[in-house]
Amino acid sequence: MKKSYQSLEDNSTNTMIQVIYRKLTSNFLNLGLVFLLTFSTSLIAQEGDPVKGKTLFNTNCASCHKLDKKMTGPALRNVEARLAEEQGLDREWLNAWIRNSAGMVKSGDAYANKIYNEYNGTAMTAFPQLTDQDISDILAYTAEPPAEKVDGPVPPIDPNQPPTGGVSNKLILGALAILFALLAIALILVRQTLNRFAEAKGIDIAKEDKSVPIWKAFAQNQFLVLVTVIFFLLASAYFVFGYLSQIGVDQGYEPVQPIHYSHRIHAGDNGIDCKYCHSSARVSKHSGIPSLNICMNCHKSIYEVSAETQQEGLDEYGVDYNAEIQKLYKAVGWDDAEQKYTGETEPVKWVRIHNLPDFAYFNHSQHVTVAGVECQTCHGPVEEMEVMYQYSPLTMGWCIDCHRKTEVNVKDNAYYTKIHEQLSKKYGVEKLTAAQMGGLECGKCHY
Amino acid sequence: MVFASIVACKKDTRPNYQFMPNMYEPVGYEAYQDSDAFPQGMEAQLPAEGSIPRGDHMPFEIENTNDGYLLAKETLISPLDSMQIDSEKGKALYDIYCGICHGNKGKGQGKLVKREKILGVPSYDDAGRAITAGSIYHTIYYGKNAMGSYANQLNEEERWQVVEYVLKLKADLEK
Repeated sequence: MKKSYQSLEDNSTNTMIQVIYRKLTSNFLNLGLVFLLTFSTSLIAQEGDPVKGKTLFNTNCASCHKLDKKMTGPALRNVEARLAEEQGLDREWLNAWIRNSAGMVKSGDAYANKIYNEYNGTAMTAFPQLTDQDISDILAYTAEPPAEKVDGPVPPIDPNQPPTGGVSNKLILGALAILFALLAIALILVRQTLNRFAEAKGIDIAKEDKSVPIWKAFAQNQFLVLVTVIFFLLASAYFVFGYLSQIGVDQGYEPVQPIHYSHRIHAGDNGIDCKYCHSSARVSKHSGIPSLNICMNCHKSIYEVSAETQQEGLDEYGVDYNAEIQKLYKAVGWDDAEQKYTGETEPVKWVRIHNLPDFAYFNHSQHVTVAGVECQTCHGPVEEMEVMYQYSPLTMGWCIDCHRKTEVNVKDNAYYTKIHEQLSKKYGVEKLTAAQMGGLECGKCHY
Repeated sequence: MVFASIVACKKDTRPNYQFMPNMYEPVGYEAYQDSDAFPQGMEAQLPAEGSIPRGDHMPFEIENTNDGYLLAKETLISPLDSMQIDSEKGKALYDIYCGICHGNKGKGQGKLVKREKILGVPSYDDAGRAITAGSIYHTIYYGKNAMGSYANQLNEEERWQVVEYVLKLKADLEK
């Protein structure tokens, strides 16, 4: 009735002639409404909207169920049809199970108990809030045929193959080389012709006098020799000094790790906090290599990367990310098909990148938790690194530089109140640097 | 020239030369070091079974089973009193360890969920789960379903701070 009222309102400005038509449309609408109502009551339990179902599935079910793969619970593709065929269970059973599975197990339903025991007695969370329509939507989503894999076979990557941008560069360079060669030939030809002209006209071309060769002149000038020798000695001393002072400095060290782990994807694209994995940086001397159970916190359910990420990895970095996840599963002993740990583990031999000499002491927690220094201050833009490398030189001069510049945040820190007063008076400054608080004392780091 | 040729030889996949390595390399065992003295050839070992860290850490005795979960849900309460609850600390830890999936508001819409990497993260006010302090602690300690254990990333006190913060978020969601 609401609809006819609305159409009456819409048409109220129209002329009288249209009244008949208006009535007709409203009648038609009413008829349609009645038809729809009768139809939908009979179908309300079957017709679901797979699009809505996907959203509902992702929020409610996906933590334990996948469509084509066993997870905490069974795979759910075509679950309704399968149950009907294999177990003779209807929608009523499913509704009851979804709303209160624990109750069904208790009531002694045979199949409910079978499933419950098959999954190690993990009770499915009850979803009393889902309506009949919601469940229909979800089941419609599970009944959809699997999406066709769009990406064809991945072309193998040749690491020696030059990037596509190089071809045009080479073309231009080649064209330039040919141009220069032609120019040179033209000049030679012109010179020859001119010489022939000169010969024909009987003109003598003046020959140059033989002068002293330049190296001989140089050797004869002792002063110049002396200056050159001194110059070379100084220059080589400079370079030798430069070489010696970078010994033991591993800036830019970028080892190949046993499992290719991309900080770019984890910390950059997904924005996972550094301390999520390197949790011991908050509380201990070491920032720690994360143990594999931390990887498995997420990779238990992320068993493959998205198609775009996989393609990007193959194209830009020559890395098969999915194969790397399989390496993780192998190391940690995770059977992805059975969703179980097999107990056969093999430690991953990560290659340590940042390493201070034994005579220097460094404590992460003091910098991360107490001083609140960002990880990137020392480790550089890790969130952009596909392969992790040492960003800072980690030399003593580099440490000292930072201690001289960094002002200590003493605000709201009772620990510093007294010492801050005394030291501010001593140095006559308002803000203290780490160095003024004793950050340059030898014994702070060397003992 | 000498410098240039040496620099050209330097490979980034290999560490640089060291001057007097015996000043650099430790005599004692370094964390994670290779060593024949231990099983599996590495220094890092698990603590002996039943060992308890120093301090007043009490072992967590509720089991990692569904019954244990229900027991924790009903009986376990926070040892922190109202003075010890530090919601700033709880928030900082929550944002690092939980927010990435559960969302900084606890609605189950963290960055990984929005990017469809991890799905099905429930909101804290989910009626079917009806979480309590005890069940949150049990879940952080052992993990549940697709969620893993966070016992090694957070110590006992930190876990309870996070629990308190989660309860705060839950209360905010239920408003």
